[in-house]
Amino acid sequence: MPAELQALLLSLKVAAVAVAAALPFAALTAAALANRSFPGKALIDGALHVPLALPPVVVGYLLLLLFGTRGPLGAWLLQHWGIRFVFSWTGAALASALITFPLQVRAIRGAIEAIDPGLTAAAATLGAGRVDRLVNLTLPLALPGLIAGAITAFAASLGEFGAIITFVSNIPGETRTLPLAIYAALQSPGGEAEAARLCVLSILLALLGLTLAEVANRRVRSFAGR
Amino acid sequence: MSIDVAFGHCYGAFGLEVAFEAQNTGITALFGPSGAGKTTVINALAGLIRPERGRIAVNGRVLFDSRAGTWVPAHARRAGYVFQDGRLFPHLNIEANLRFGWRRAAIALPENEVSRIVAMLGLQPLLGRKPSQLSGGERARAAVGRALLASPEFLLLDEPLAALDSGRKQDIFPYLERLRDERRMPIVYVSHSLDEVARLADTIVLLRAGRVLACGRLFDLLTDLRFGELAGSPYGTVLEAKVECHLVEDGLSLLAFAGGELAVAMLSRPKGSQVRMHIRAEDIILAKERPRAISANNVLPVTIVALHDSPSQYVDVRLGCGPTHFVARITRASCKRLELCDGQNAFAIIKSVTVTPAGSG
Repeated sequence: MPAELQALLLSLKVAAVAVAAALPFAALTAAALANRSFPGKALIDGALHVPLALPPVVVGYLLLLLFGTRGPLGAWLLQHWGIRFVFSWTGAALASALITFPLQVRAIRGAIEAIDPGLTAAAATLGAGRVDRLVNLTLPLALPGLIAGAITAFAASLGEFGAIITFVSNIPGETRTLPLAIYAALQSPGGEAEAARLCVLSILLALLGLTLAEVANRRVRSFAGR
Repeated sequence: MSIDVAFGHCYGAFGLEVAFEAQNTGITALFGPSGAGKTTVINALAGLIRPERGRIAVNGRVLFDSRAGTWVPAHARRAGYVFQDGRLFPHLNIEANLRFGWRRAAIALPENEVSRIVAMLGLQPLLGRKPSQLSGGERARAAVGRALLASPEFLLLDEPLAALDSGRKQDIFPYLERLRDERRMPIVYVSHSLDEVARLADTIVLLRAGRVLACGRLFDLLTDLRFGELAGSPYGTVLEAKVECHLVEDGLSLLAFAGGELAVAMLSRPKGSQVRMHIRAEDIILAKERPRAISANNVLPVTIVALHDSPSQYVDVRLGCGPTHFVARITRASCKRLELCDGQNAFAIIKSVTVTPAGSG
């Protein structure tokens, strides 16, 4: 398999797994934060956005400290479950998930807060309890936000560089996603042609993603009856 | 069948202090101008707002008691709430909307009853559609159906029929009356239309600026001379009557009430059936002598029981006709010209009567 294709497929895999793994947590977090106030909410809200504000290299380094084979979490996971994140594509997915998590929460929360609270009240009078309302009313109505959040997070994951290279290094076929492959090509003498091919690939991928996002958005709007 | 409400609540500058009780009285109308707190009261009944203090009980079941710390959440109250704006779920089609409460009911309504309600509200052709594809009236019907299918223990109607055409109302009113009579279901009806209130309600709670101004049986309250002032809208007399006979040649029906008879345009109801009559205060003309050669069919001999000077240019006159009382509204000028006073005999010329099937209660 040519290195370009390998990097492309790996990028897609890492981004897809990162988004899928973070989405349920993001949805629950958004639902917990939306339309409600409780002590410490501002603190949680702020903490959620830390990965967005920090340089990705810092996030990668912190992940390395925590999940390294001798880090507190990494050692435990390896010993009890045989799970190792460092130098593995799953680590790349973990780093991407963490960094794009706030993007998902923001999009979903906005969609939940846009729902007419009268509808939730109506569902309650019809016998739907809190979880019932979340599953059957709030989340379906927030579907455009869920999809928008997932697409944004997916796109951001495809471009993630600093956290991945710091946390899981730049291993061909394992953690070398598109941006890392471009970086590696530019670092090696005579790699400009490969870097250019990878860049074209990135651009095509971005255009394809935007088109799919638009299609999904239209479908969802007609589903929600708007 | 009972509703027992007493609570206080604050919304910023707007304070609500409401207490009323309706025992064995069927349909209770919350009546008053917008901003009076009508919707807040039924939101408290539904459990959508938690009042600061007080007690709310329906059919003896305590839903809220601030002293005892009782609070039944909205989803456990089994209130059939028909919202003013319908509030259909936009992501579900009409059938799924209708089944939303039905599916969550402790005892689901049997299918034949479901189809009966669907047919009554004319919802069959709409079942596959989304709420956004419905007209205002269709949405209101679907909202009524959704609340009824949830087999509620009590019904809260927030001006739900405002968007309905009168033909459809004629279909829904008898059904509401049946619910009240057969299922002993308390119904609270919010309205600012006196016509609707007069036709449906058994008890009226008159609200203004977050306070109960008056509460009582419809028949008593509507002839209360203070009512016109309190309600700030056309009022009149509501009375029960029996179809005495049909005068086919004249195209009239004679209705007998305690104290006399009234002729109205021929009714389709059989002889002997009970009806409710509503006579607006503006639709009664007073004369001191029996008028002759007049187009109105109904001229009743009456006695003036009381005169009530309202702050406006009108005078409200309470008229006795046997045990029945009517209210007429005339201008201050006419009152002066006729030199009306208490105890005088006069004639009431009734221009028009609205007749509806009788509610019991």
